[in-house]
Amino acid sequence: MDLPFLVTQSLSGLASASSLFIISCGLTIVFGVTRIVNFAHGSFYMLGAYLAVSIVPRLLDLHYSLPMFLAGIVAAAVVVGLVGVVMEVVLLRRIYRAPELFQLLATFGVVLVIEDLVVTFWGPLDLMGARAPGMRGAVDILGNRFPVYQLFLIGTGVLVLALLWLLMHRTRYGVLVRAATQDREMVGALGVNQAILFTGTLFLGSFLAGLGGALQSPLIAANSHMDIAIIAEAFVVTVIGGMGSVPGAFLAALLIGQLQAFGILIVPKATLVLVFALMAVVLIVKPWGLLGRPEAPATRAAPEGIANLKPFGRVERIAAVLALGVALLLPVFGDAYLVKLGTEILIFALAAFSLNLLLGNGGIVSFGHAAYFGIGAYAAGLLAIRLGMAMLPALMLAPIVAGLFAALFGVFIVRLSGIYLAMLTLAFAQIAYAVAFQWVGLTGGDNGILGIWPPDWASGRTAYYYLVLVFAVAAIAALRHAIYAPFGATLRAARDSAVRADAIGIDVKLYRLAAFALAGAAAGLAGALYAFANGSIDPTLLAIPLSIDMLAMTLAGGIQTVIGPLVGAAAFHTAKDFFMPLTDYWRLLLGLAIIAMVLAAPQGLAGGWARLRSRFSGAPA
Amino acid sequence: MSLLMVEGLDKAFGGVIAARAVSFALEAGELLAVIGPNGAGKSTVFNIIGGQLRPDAGRVVLAGDTITGLAPRAVWRKGLGRTFQVAQTFISMSVTENVQMALMSWHGEAASLTASAAGLRRAEAIGLLGLVGMAEAADRPISALAYGDVKRVELAIALAGEPKLLLMDEPTAGMAPKERAALMQLVAGLARERKIGVLFTEHDMAAVFGHADRILVLMHGEVIASGPPDAVRRDPKVRDVYLGESGLAAANAAGTAP
Ligand SMILES: Nc1ncnc2c1ncn2[C@@H]1O[C@H](COP(=O)(O)OP(=O)(O)OP(=O)(O)O)[C@@H](O)[C@H]1O
Ligand SMILES: [Mg+2]
Repeated sequence: MDLPFLVTQSLSGLASASSLFIISCGLTIVFGVTRIVNFAHGSFYMLGAYLAVSIVPRLLDLHYSLPMFLAGIVAAAVVVGLVGVVMEVVLLRRIYRAPELFQLLATFGVVLVIEDLVVTFWGPLDLMGARAPGMRGAVDILGNRFPVYQLFLIGTGVLVLALLWLLMHRTRYGVLVRAATQDREMVGALGVNQAILFTGTLFLGSFLAGLGGALQSPLIAANSHMDIAIIAEAFVVTVIGGMGSVPGAFLAALLIGQLQAFGILIVPKATLVLVFALMAVVLIVKPWGLLGRPEAPATRAAPEGIANLKPFGRVERIAAVLALGVALLLPVFGDAYLVKLGTEILIFALAAFSLNLLLGNGGIVSFGHAAYFGIGAYAAGLLAIRLGMAMLPALMLAPIVAGLFAALFGVFIVRLSGIYLAMLTLAFAQIAYAVAFQWVGLTGGDNGILGIWPPDWASGRTAYYYLVLVFAVAAIAALRHAIYAPFGATLRAARDSAVRADAIGIDVKLYRLAAFALAGAAAGLAGALYAFANGSIDPTLLAIPLSIDMLAMTLAGGIQTVIGPLVGAAAFHTAKDFFMPLTDYWRLLLGLAIIAMVLAAPQGLAGGWARLRSRFSGAPA
Repeated sequence: MSLLMVEGLDKAFGGVIAARAVSFALEAGELLAVIGPNGAGKSTVFNIIGGQLRPDAGRVVLAGDTITGLAPRAVWRKGLGRTFQVAQTFISMSVTENVQMALMSWHGEAASLTASAAGLRRAEAIGLLGLVGMAEAADRPISALAYGDVKRVELAIALAGEPKLLLMDEPTAGMAPKERAALMQLVAGLARERKIGVLFTEHDMAAVFGHADRILVLMHGEVIASGPPDAVRRDPKVRDVYLGESGLAAANAAGTAP
């Protein structure tokens, strides 16, 4: 490793840092002002790339020159900025006061919608953008060749930082943005200006995302998966840098860029592990990121989630017995399709129920619950295939593995709260996903592992259905018991008021950690059951879309009730299974459904039932 | 030795000095009132004692143990129960469940996965609620109570840990004058009977001068006067900077009341 090599390596680190910064600072500015973590930021990045693919060549046809190229890039970014404005006016305005969970979900609904729209407009194939005139070659740096375009990216990053600094420190708008980021109370006092401030900020943030995507279009083919990949990276940058802090995003992007450039020399296949290690170290020293500030605990009138826990009334008990009866008899009257559907519903019911131990009961908004589902699935699959373990021991061990990982990640996660916590769960889930994806030798990479079948005695559809029924019902009953036990009450207490809980001797973080491990283990069991039901595992089992499915199930059922997630899982999975083969627009429909749910019925199905019940029994709701 | 000894507490928030060299002692069974204008540092001192805040310097000793910098949950184990200026309760629970929760924690049952929380320590909880006059409301959601009643429930929660020391940050806020007197009466009775030391703040001078054994006056984070009510009432500095006309009238009325 000689000096010239180190220099070019470091320069390419700077180039990727610069791209990361442009994208992440948009996310962080929007968060700073609106306190909404915009999932769709990654979609805006993707839109920027696709728009550049369409716009830039047309402009170059008119006149083949660098200014035309740049005009095309900026035009793409401006269009994306306008899309951001539309999103602010149509959606975000209605949910500024909604709980974080709903905000995140709503913006994720936008992700789904944009994904399908992009495929509709641009088709399913990857599209490479036009390259910049005059920047196709490489220059000589200390004897090594280095691409000009990468130098241009570095310059752009610095330019964006400088312009942002001027905007923030020399304009009235910038003063407002900084004031709003530092002081929430102040925003309310703005009056009319508030709308302009928020809309303007969405334009700025989306513009930056679009710019980032457009700039990448000559390097990376635009594809419909780049949204999730980039948003996860941007989340890691903002978590490390501190949410809402532009200099923090810059610092974090620099660190990650260099870490990746040089990490690849030391541990070629494990750059993600390095990024993870960096994030862990930063969060141990500074739980709120390098330049972030602790979020003041939200003082909400009423907590989201299970309130006023009551034992089952007569109606619920009868319904539960009926449901169990139907479940027991399903293979008798149902065909093979129904039995398969029933198996999956049971598995997802367990997963959603375990999620609601965190969500509804603990107030812990996990956006990465699929990680533990997937870790359980991988543990079971790897134990069975790589070690030749029998199914039952593998089913026993998988939840333990998932629980241990949940405990490990949980140590970092429970130190935070609110939206920061949600971001971190997502970042960890994405790391688990990336490991499954990258560690081809162990996990089979993208293809996963096939041939994970139950032994003969359980291999029939019906036999396996009953096996799942036993495991799922037992686990759900156990979790339900924990919710009604002092442990569950303590979690709810810590959710309602961590300050009060601490003042009566409760170690809030320890309880949350225990809940996280317990929920992770239960999700891991669900994942393990799924692995043997499907006969295969692959990285989608840990991916963000599955985490969102679980959230959608839980919310559709209602996080205010204990059994809501079960109802939600059944309804959601049945709908998905029914509609998905019928339409090319499943994601679009799901996205719109999630948005509609957030706007119209945040209480969910079972929540609506609980309200009906209290209305008819005359008790105050 | 005193039940509570506070020595040389300093605390600054950025440039704002919230406590400077605050020292005092409190005996078992004694009621000590801390008064002072808004922003004087009363809550800051309370939060340092309760473990919610870490002091920049100084020491807090409770019943012979140094508790400076311990977490609130550890301080509670050492015998400190408290209420907050803005009441802190478990808003999704019923009134008894709030008290039951504190009792479960005190008896080391909070982590149980086997028991059922609904009936656990219920009778005991209702007993404590009876003590603060809230037994009838036991099964109402705490979110449905008037603020003054919530403060009472908070007192019951604080009592669940058999405290040696009670910290009460504005315990009578949100109550009608008659209720205030009754609550202070109740607290004073408990203090004497159970040998509990009580440290409280109040903006209501009648409650302060009518019930405190001693009074400590804070101003810009510093103790400017302390002593029995009569002495503090007569202190010209206190008259000037804090009590004013109406406060003085209330203080005098409380002093001359039977
Ligand atoms: N967490 C904090 N961060 C920054 N400043 C704080 C914080 N807590 C208190 N302060 C400041 O410290 C000073 C003392 O505040 P404190 O709450 O102790 O006053 P107080 O005497 O309880 O007032 P009040 O009668 O209004 O309750 C005030 O100037 C306040 O603004
Ligand atoms: Mg105060």
